Amino acid sequence: MANIVYEKSRGLTDTPFTYCPGCSHGTIHKLIAESLVELDVLDKSIAIAPVGCSVLAYEFFNCDAIQAAHGRAPAVATGIKRVEPDKIVFTYQGDGDLASIGTAEIIHAAHRGENFTVIFVNNGIYGMTGGQMAPTTLINQKTSTSPYGRQESTTGKPLLVSEMMAQIPSATYIERVSVHDIRHITQAKKAIKKAFEYQIANKGFSMVEVIADCPVGWNMTPVDARKTIADAMIPYYPLGVYKDAGGEA
Amino acid sequence: MNKVIFNEAFCKGCQLCIDVCPKKILALDTEKVNAKGYNPISCTDMSACTACSICARVCPDSVISVERG
Amino acid sequence: MKVLMKGNIALSEAAIQAGCTAFFGYPITPQNEIPEYMSAKMEPAGGVFIQAESEVGAINMVYGAAAAGARTMTTSSSPGMALKQEGISYLCGANLPCVIVNVARCGPGLGGILPGQSDYFQATRGGGNGDYYTPVYAPSTVQECWDLVFHSFDIADKYRTPVMILLDGMLGQMMEPVETKVHPRLNVDKPWATNGNAASRPRNAITSLSLFGEVLEAMNLERFKVYEEIAKKEVMVENTVKDGDTVAIVAYGAPSRIVVNAIDELKEEGINAGLIRPITLWPYPGDIFLNLPSSVNHILVAELSMGQMVEDVRLAVNGKYPVHFYGRTGGVVFEPIEIANKVREILGKPTKEIESKIESKTATQDENLRGGI
Repeated sequence: MANIVYEKSRGLTDTPFTYCPGCSHGTIHKLIAESLVELDVLDKSIAIAPVGCSVLAYEFFNCDAIQAAHGRAPAVATGIKRVEPDKIVFTYQGDGDLASIGTAEIIHAAHRGENFTVIFVNNGIYGMTGGQMAPTTLINQKTSTSPYGRQESTTGKPLLVSEMMAQIPSATYIERVSVHDIRHITQAKKAIKKAFEYQIANKGFSMVEVIADCPVGWNMTPVDARKTIADAMIPYYPLGVYKDAGGEA
Repeated sequence: MNKVIFNEAFCKGCQLCIDVCPKKILALDTEKVNAKGYNPISCTDMSACTACSICARVCPDSVISVERG
Repeated sequence: MKVLMKGNIALSEAAIQAGCTAFFGYPITPQNEIPEYMSAKMEPAGGVFIQAESEVGAINMVYGAAAAGARTMTTSSSPGMALKQEGISYLCGANLPCVIVNVARCGPGLGGILPGQSDYFQATRGGGNGDYYTPVYAPSTVQECWDLVFHSFDIADKYRTPVMILLDGMLGQMMEPVETKVHPRLNVDKPWATNGNAASRPRNAITSLSLFGEVLEAMNLERFKVYEEIAKKEVMVENTVKDGDTVAIVAYGAPSRIVVNAIDELKEEGINAGLIRPITLWPYPGDIFLNLPSSVNHILVAELSMGQMVEDVRLAVNGKYPVHFYGRTGGVVFEPIEIANKVREILGKPTKEIESKIESKTATQDENLRGGI
């Protein structure tokens, strides 16, 4: 009898992803779904989808799910988790959602030490709306609203969200990972799973920042985009654990 | 025999799996077009597959299942 | 037994008694007693209290708690309500029940902390984006504040809609005796809730989104069927207009009580007028204007605004009567004599001199600021 080494996670629905070819969102969705199944919490999980490319994530995760207003997912998660404290709640947010319009909500969810998990997908661009500049866009990177490249003089330097969140006293676990190759995908899975383990153990607020790509928005092939994560994104966004106040999971 | 199984209807032809396959036995099937309009992925030499499953783990769209046989 | 309490306290305690288990607020005058009260009482009652980072945060916490199936409430005042509009639009789009209280002040902008009724359009027209309404209740006494909270939670659950309670700061701060009767609760199943119970049922998803025109239109049509039913069944109005009255005066909330005094004053000089007091501002009790006694020749609308509800009256009257308006703004509350004078003026009778400090109030901005914000 054949031994199945790998198959699609039952943590995902049968709905095909609406993401562009090669987009990291699909890879990250898989890691979340696999983690929830492996931790045996899928049936009691509640996903909060943002506004952005992953706005339809509520159709992809095979658990209860709700779509939130732009940037407000951490507030929505707060409302759910406080009335259902035994359930597993996570937000899935992009960099436009979390690092721009939703800065107040994410900071104060961490500030209150809310016991839920945030998966923050940073690809340095607003993908859904057509590749506009985000707070996380790299210097000199061309986007549809920085057509001559992002200039520090007028738009500042890219926002280092994990570094910022790690300064919040009540945040428990902050790690930045990447999904550009199999080694990093494996590490990203570990971090995501750990964040959920912390939530199960009531250890408080966790955020995993995943450095991701946007092949269409970056105007390159998926293969080149994954290499660009290593060559251009990670040098500015160093990977690693920025805060871990949870001890062993 | 080890086997990679493709859910061709979900494939978007991104070629990430082709890039990471250590045995270089994956290629787009240019003879076919799926309902999404892409040439789907295919295996050129199944006998060389080691069932390492890197292709499946990298695939963003859960197109690939892997069996060790 | 009656208990003496402020409007804001009546709203708070009634919410707890009505089964509200999740309250999310943010400080803003003149509703601060509500989050303060809730911060002390919700946890002992087994509920949740959060002082959110903003009104935007608070309404989105309501969105989450409502999605999880809880009876939930947020309260604010005018500028804060402006911030909540995004969330209210989402709540309506996702058909989520909750209660939202606006203890209104005067505007626009930061305006002032004195009472106002200039949020009528915002409350009754769906203040955010898209086609929607929320039922809006306008209490005029502290007792009615108490009673309408129970009713609002029931209506919210029954029709899966946010319900708004709109009062002015005057009523929020006013103390009156209240019969603290706990009204029976309408228990509604919420099989749609995203509460993480997918082990015992198919998974639930809540969204206001559809990228397909026909699907979104169908969602809107379905919602408007519910609105039609609400409009048919849930209108509430107090009407004291009787045969022989020549003027019907329309007012809502606490200012309607000033109108009652004006009606008494007019009666002494043989002018008969009656009060129409909408309790639901949406759905609007427009039908009442179609069946007034034949003695009525004029309609006067009195509001603490530049004239907002007056538009609903004109729509309802549809040219059948002349519709007059009297309003004060900026937090200035009209006195009975002002309303009575307006009626005298309408009827071509001599008006009485108003002894008031109002004319002397030519305050500069600096002097206003000294009053505190």
